[in-house]
Amino acid sequence: MKVLVIDDSRAMRMILKTTLRELGHEVSEASNGQEGLDVLKSSGPFALALVDWNIPLVNGYEFVCKVRADPAYAAMKMVMVTTEVETSQVAKALGAGANEYVMKPFTKDILRDKIEMLAAA
Amino acid sequence: MTIAADDFEYVRVLVRTKAGIVIEPGKEYMVDARLGPIVRREKLESIAALVARLRTNIADPLHRQVVEAMTTNETSFFRDLHPFEALRKTVLPALCAKRAAGKSLSIWCGASSTGQEPYTIAMTLREFLPAIDEWSLSFIATDLSSEMVARSKAGAYNQIEVNRGLPATLMVKYFEKQGLGWQIKEPLRRMIDFREMNLTKPWPTFPKFDIVFMRNVLIYFDVDTKKEIFRRLRSVLKPDGYLFLGGAETTMGLDDAFERAPIEKSGCYVMKQAAANAA
Ligand SMILES: C[S@@+](CC[C@H](N)C(=O)[O-])C[C@H]1O[C@@H](n2cnc3c(N)ncnc32)[C@H](O)[C@@H]1O
Ligand SMILES: [Mg+2]
Repeated sequence: MKVLVIDDSRAMRMILKTTLRELGHEVSEASNGQEGLDVLKSSGPFALALVDWNIPLVNGYEFVCKVRADPAYAAMKMVMVTTEVETSQVAKALGAGANEYVMKPFTKDILRDKIEMLAAA
Repeated sequence: MTIAADDFEYVRVLVRTKAGIVIEPGKEYMVDARLGPIVRREKLESIAALVARLRTNIADPLHRQVVEAMTTNETSFFRDLHPFEALRKTVLPALCAKRAAGKSLSIWCGASSTGQEPYTIAMTLREFLPAIDEWSLSFIATDLSSEMVARSKAGAYNQIEVNRGLPATLMVKYFEKQGLGWQIKEPLRRMIDFREMNLTKPWPTFPKFDIVFMRNVLIYFDVDTKKEIFRRLRSVLKPDGYLFLGGAETTMGLDDAFERAPIEKSGCYVMKQAAANAA
């Protein structure tokens, strides 16, 4: 499926891209939230977006809020992939409309299981 | 470290007799790797010295540590997902409807390792039946290893463990962050009675179960041990109960009393009607 990866760390985008491609997905990337919104417009629709919380311009949380406010993207699943690990933050992201949450650092198995879980839901 | 042939044989026989676990020839490297930590912990010189101590002192508690070291404890929340989907979509709706009058359910999770499997069942049950506390629930989770049982009771998991397979909504609902780790909250913990139990030794007197999870443990046993365990399972499972096995396990060719439940990829088995009537 088509996946959008948004993270300001090049290294992290590489890891996610490689893992997702190994799992058979087609990957686009963005390095900040604004670029993420632009990519959605120019090359959407995406089935899934993996979103870092701490990214420039529009942060990951704001990205999720903006996307969920637009019915055009209702079908897109979003997973926060972040170093923010407080219960309140997980709850906040879910409340804003994120479908899943992955805490960094993660393993390939963790990512695969979460994606499968979303696909089954 | 490399284990001598007769020491390997000694460990093989020990683990087979105490836990039913079969170690194939050629697995010397695995025995080496698993015994290394015990050798260091006990400040022994070598695996040879460890086995020499086992041979000379039959009552040494070290035997138990060696057996436990040879078990594989790999597990995760919602492992394989499908069994828990089957539980949520098919098994619990059917059972809870049938048991609604008496409001009673009984569940056994054999070989529960560090507890992710029984806690997954507990979360699935609570999500399906929020009023579960008004039911009389008997939920037993057992494992061979005292260390596994202690870890399960503590219900404390690290970040990697809660990241893996656990839906974030359930994490937020049933866990609280403690330091760097995550702790299962009380309402879930008190649903489960964790105990030590060796599946290959005589079983305690059990209630009859509606649901039994016996996943990813039979694969380590030989054919006769598997058959014996299925035979006993027949008598602890209710006639309309459900048995869940691991992805690489089956009753096919081992016990005719069971048949696969028609739920895709779930590893769920039920008793054939004739067998159920006889039980
Ligand atoms: C791979 S784990 C399976 C955990 C869980 N059921 C799952 O599927 O994720 C296998 C567990 O079986 C336990 N075990 C091995 N031999 C056993 C025996 N003879 N009696 C009871 N438990 C045993 C081990 O201690 C280990 O925790
Ligand atoms: Mg970042």
